[in-house]
Amino acid sequence: MQKELIKLEHISKSFDGQMVLDDLDLNIHENEFVTLLGPSGCGKTTTLRILGGFVNPDNGRVIFDSRDITNVPPNKRHLNTVFQKYALFTHMTIADNIAFGLKIKNKPKSYIDDKIKYALKLVNLEGYEKRMPDSLSGGQQQRIAIARAIVNEPKVLLLDEPLGALDLKLRQEMQYELIRMKNELGITFVYVTHDQEEALTMSDTIVVMNQGYIQQIGTPESIYNEPENAFVADFIGDSNIIAATMIEDKLVEILGVRFACVDTGFGIRKPVDVVIRPEDVELTAPEEGTINGVVTHLIFKGVHYEMEVMANGFEWLVHSTQLTPVGTKVGIRVDPFNIQIMNKPESEDEEAVALEL
Amino acid sequence: MQTVKKIYVSLIFLFLYAPIGTLIVLSFNASKTRSKWGGFTMQWYASLLQDEVILDALTTTLLIAFLSALIASVIGTIAAVAMNGMKRRTRTLLIGVTNIPMLNADIVTGISLMLLFISIGLRFGFGTILLSHITFNIPYVILCIMPRMKQLNPSVYEAALDLGASHITAFFKVMLPDLMPGILSGFLMAFTMSLDDFIITHFTKGAGIDTLSTKIYTEVKKGIKPEMYALSTIIFVTVLILLFLVNKTPDKKEKTN
Repeated sequence: MQKELIKLEHISKSFDGQMVLDDLDLNIHENEFVTLLGPSGCGKTTTLRILGGFVNPDNGRVIFDSRDITNVPPNKRHLNTVFQKYALFTHMTIADNIAFGLKIKNKPKSYIDDKIKYALKLVNLEGYEKRMPDSLSGGQQQRIAIARAIVNEPKVLLLDEPLGALDLKLRQEMQYELIRMKNELGITFVYVTHDQEEALTMSDTIVVMNQGYIQQIGTPESIYNEPENAFVADFIGDSNIIAATMIEDKLVEILGVRFACVDTGFGIRKPVDVVIRPEDVELTAPEEGTINGVVTHLIFKGVHYEMEVMANGFEWLVHSTQLTPVGTKVGIRVDPFNIQIMNKPESEDEEAVALEL
Repeated sequence: MQTVKKIYVSLIFLFLYAPIGTLIVLSFNASKTRSKWGGFTMQWYASLLQDEVILDALTTTLLIAFLSALIASVIGTIAAVAMNGMKRRTRTLLIGVTNIPMLNADIVTGISLMLLFISIGLRFGFGTILLSHITFNIPYVILCIMPRMKQLNPSVYEAALDLGASHITAFFKVMLPDLMPGILSGFLMAFTMSLDDFIITHFTKGAGIDTLSTKIYTEVKKGIKPEMYALSTIIFVTVLILLFLVNKTPDKKEKTN
């Protein structure tokens, strides 16, 4: 892993008595694409605003490049923000918008002009210098906001749901653009979103947050395939989350039926939660699977069919490219490798407790 | 039905503008009596321009209007920025408080200002008129700026800070330009209100100084001269143009943006 660039230590923040962040610790490395992912009100934006210097934490420290910047105002920090609603200066031309930070730093005119050209090229908007922000589309305005931030050569770019206001097609396009820009610039991106697909597509590291706590930190693959608790499993993609009992190592009882699995160390006869992704549920002929059921719903989703199968009192969500009509009797089989076992939270608090990687 | 509607609208306009119309017509009447049309003339306007007392009053009026509108715009802008940063409840309360002087009867405002100036021992004159005009102008400026303020995206100011600007730079380079249409219409509104005022000025001016409205009032007491029709017409047209500008500015700005 690269060298550590940002360290958040024991950060707490409450607004009007409402706890938003509780003793949050987070390390961000150089040249990493980190996404803070969670539902609204989970504290992700507050975390970003603490990094940007717009919110002061009640407790804890922000270390940037081995320097404590907890009380450094935003205009003295070597990071730049791309705001959710673009926040362009509407009375200035695109060139003046991009030059804003450089002019404040009294850079020479030729340097500024070069930078504007370079930045517009990077965001694929060459020749837009003289335009006014209002004459640009939402996607173009967002690109300008990115250009305006990166000309200052920040070590870290903070992005607060930058694609939130764009339509789906444009959003997907911009996701690839952002990855390309990040690779070209070689700087750290800290990205805030509530869109799990966005997070999975772009990130090196995803930080899943809920109720002011970090739920899980990991690569997109590990977050998706090995969620550490029911919240993460539920938030990242569709999944079947079922209460079960761990009989012994590598054997779990789900809905009264024993399934082979690969997890060990959960103890004997211990209540757990299992996560099975809908694409990992295989439908077989009746009696050939581990458990029998009947298809109750069927929806065509484009890439696959989405089905619900009633088996042993649970509606299994199943994704399959094979059409199985409603009413068909089927068997359900799951590869032991695809059964993810999670400890049951013992209390409400523990459900939201910070998990160290 | 259509004709009835047209007649109805014409009647309303007739009632609204008949008095002013009469005044304007009379200001061009060559005959000194009000009841007879003696032919078109500009002589009342000409003699008005030679009347030094009137011209003095005009200078005072314009100076007071300009200065009071300018100072009120500055104070009002600062107040609006501060109020915008307040918690919702405090802000609503303060906006209510600043609205009261606008709704208050002019005569009450005039007398209270007069009493205040007496009790703190101010000498009546240009200064007291200016002070009272600034006072009643501030609410109009705030009224014009606040809606503009609410439209501002708070991230824009933060973006300026983020790019390295100090609070002062961010205010002058980013926030002020966005507020400018509001400030401008606030200034014009204040200018008009000041130009327009008679009652408050009447109570706070003291002897030896007059604005146009108080001058007309004293002249009229002596007997109405046709020059006064001409003067009133000029005031009416000026205020009309200013009001037109007030309503025009924000739109125009938005389009050029």
